Amino acid sequence: MGRLDGKVVLISGVARSQGRSHALRFAEEGADVIGFDVLDEIKGSASGPATQADMDETVRQVEALDRRIIATKADVRDWAGVKAAVDDGVAQLGRLDVVLGNAGVFTAPSLAEDMEDDIFMDTLNINVAGVWRTAKAAIPHLKNNANGGSIIMTSSVAGLSGIANFAHYVASKHALVGLMRTLALELAPSQIRVNTVHPGTVNTVMVMNDVLARVFRPDLENPTADDVIAVAQQMNPMGADMLEPYDISNAMVFLASDEARYITGVTLPVDAGSMVQ
Amino acid sequence: MGRLDGKVVFITGVARGQGRSHAIRFAEEGADIIGIDVLEPIAGSVSDPTTQADMEETVAAVEALDRRIIATKADVRSLEQVKKAVDDGVAELGRLDVVLANAGVSTFTGPTESLSEEAFTDLVDINLNGVWRTCAAAIPHIKTGERGGSIIMTSSAAGLTALANLGHYVAAKHGVVGLMRALALELAPHKIRVNSIHPTTVDTPMVNNEATFKLFRPDLDKPGVDDFLEAAKVMNALPVGWVQSVDISNAMVWLASDEARYVTGVTLPVDAGMLVK
Repeated sequence: MGRLDGKVVLISGVARSQGRSHALRFAEEGADVIGFDVLDEIKGSASGPATQADMDETVRQVEALDRRIIATKADVRDWAGVKAAVDDGVAQLGRLDVVLGNAGVFTAPSLAEDMEDDIFMDTLNINVAGVWRTAKAAIPHLKNNANGGSIIMTSSVAGLSGIANFAHYVASKHALVGLMRTLALELAPSQIRVNTVHPGTVNTVMVMNDVLARVFRPDLENPTADDVIAVAQQMNPMGADMLEPYDISNAMVFLASDEARYITGVTLPVDAGSMVQ
Repeated sequence: MGRLDGKVVFITGVARGQGRSHAIRFAEEGADIIGIDVLEPIAGSVSDPTTQADMEETVAAVEALDRRIIATKADVRSLEQVKKAVDDGVAELGRLDVVLANAGVSTFTGPTESLSEEAFTDLVDINLNGVWRTCAAAIPHIKTGERGGSIIMTSSAAGLTALANLGHYVAAKHGVVGLMRALALELAPHKIRVNSIHPTTVDTPMVNNEATFKLFRPDLDKPGVDDFLEAAKVMNALPVGWVQSVDISNAMVWLASDEARYVTGVTLPVDAGMLVK
């Protein structure tokens, strides 16, 4: 018996990394999945675009768990596209219970005073307005449920504290906390819970790439993955190498399940203690 | 397969209320229990004293789940008593993995400057110093296991925000957060995680009593449970007046499990949205 049997979860950014991990963990717990991803180049992104092959792999793995998945190409910057993906998914799977506002980007880091306007604005458009559009498309469906639902937004430790050279990302992830708190209030009467998760450094392509490696290790000419991990270890008191996507997925499962039926409006760090350090 | 198979958990205040619920949920997930309770009247407590009969009911419930429990009469105001109970329990059950510092009281309410010296210091001695004594007695055993562990302190929504006429309680529960953060840092290198849980009002003897009803409904002569729930509901964002002990236990299970292996230093509200409102 799964902890999410019979539920349907909507996941943005589902093609790879944390999004794929969420899809698999939720499927393991019995949920069906509605997923979308941009599958296009994002200007300034260091991680390379998610591809149709990535998406196909997510679909294959969910179906291997004997769950259904409706996977669509859609961009969180495009309201009509998001709405169509959500409406079509619900039409096919019959309901919607959980929303994971997971899609996000990290683009060209620099001092705030040197940042280009479109780099800053794109980050806000994807990381904040994109989660708002995802929630907006989902909320009418969640309100159809007698027993409410659960919206979980992927913020970051950068949503609770500043990081030099990350002004666009930090501003976007802090803004999610405000969006979450407002939605938690607005949706509580409908028993829809809204929370944010704040990961530390997670082992995904958003972190493990050449651009970030140079940010983490400005002292080295050609920093390797091991050099990045050495810095990540310093960023948390547990000395953890790096969190794995399933550590975040496990928090999502808990918050989505009835075990957390009275948890709403909460900022939950999953960060190996970096916030208390 | 339980999520805590083979683990041993130490629970203070185990005779009834949230403590008993934790014992039962942890036993359901495969853990054995070391439990203590004061089993004596506490001056000024708003609830009746815990009794040997309460303790026996907890023991019977755990044993009915085919788990072991070592239940001892001990007072968190005495380091010696707590230490002996833990030492004996570990000698019997062989290890210690999880600590639930749950014991707490609610006593005399009123304007903070009008509290007696005893009322203030006694409550802090139980609700804050008692948590420290619990940790002090338990930590050496967790370290000895070299498997890491999880310490979870029961603070309160009143550990993150103020309630009028409960100055001693609010102060002690805020103090728990400081203790949690200090221990999270100190114990992170040993992979011992430390977190606090912040419940709103819970349906237990500490809340379900006339004195507490009166605190919430000073406008009524003899407020009943429905009068209380009406007022308490206004405090929470979700449309409930209180949560159940099992809701707190479920958060404890998650924080104690490997699913939360990188969650430390966190204040986790289980508060029906009281803090976001």
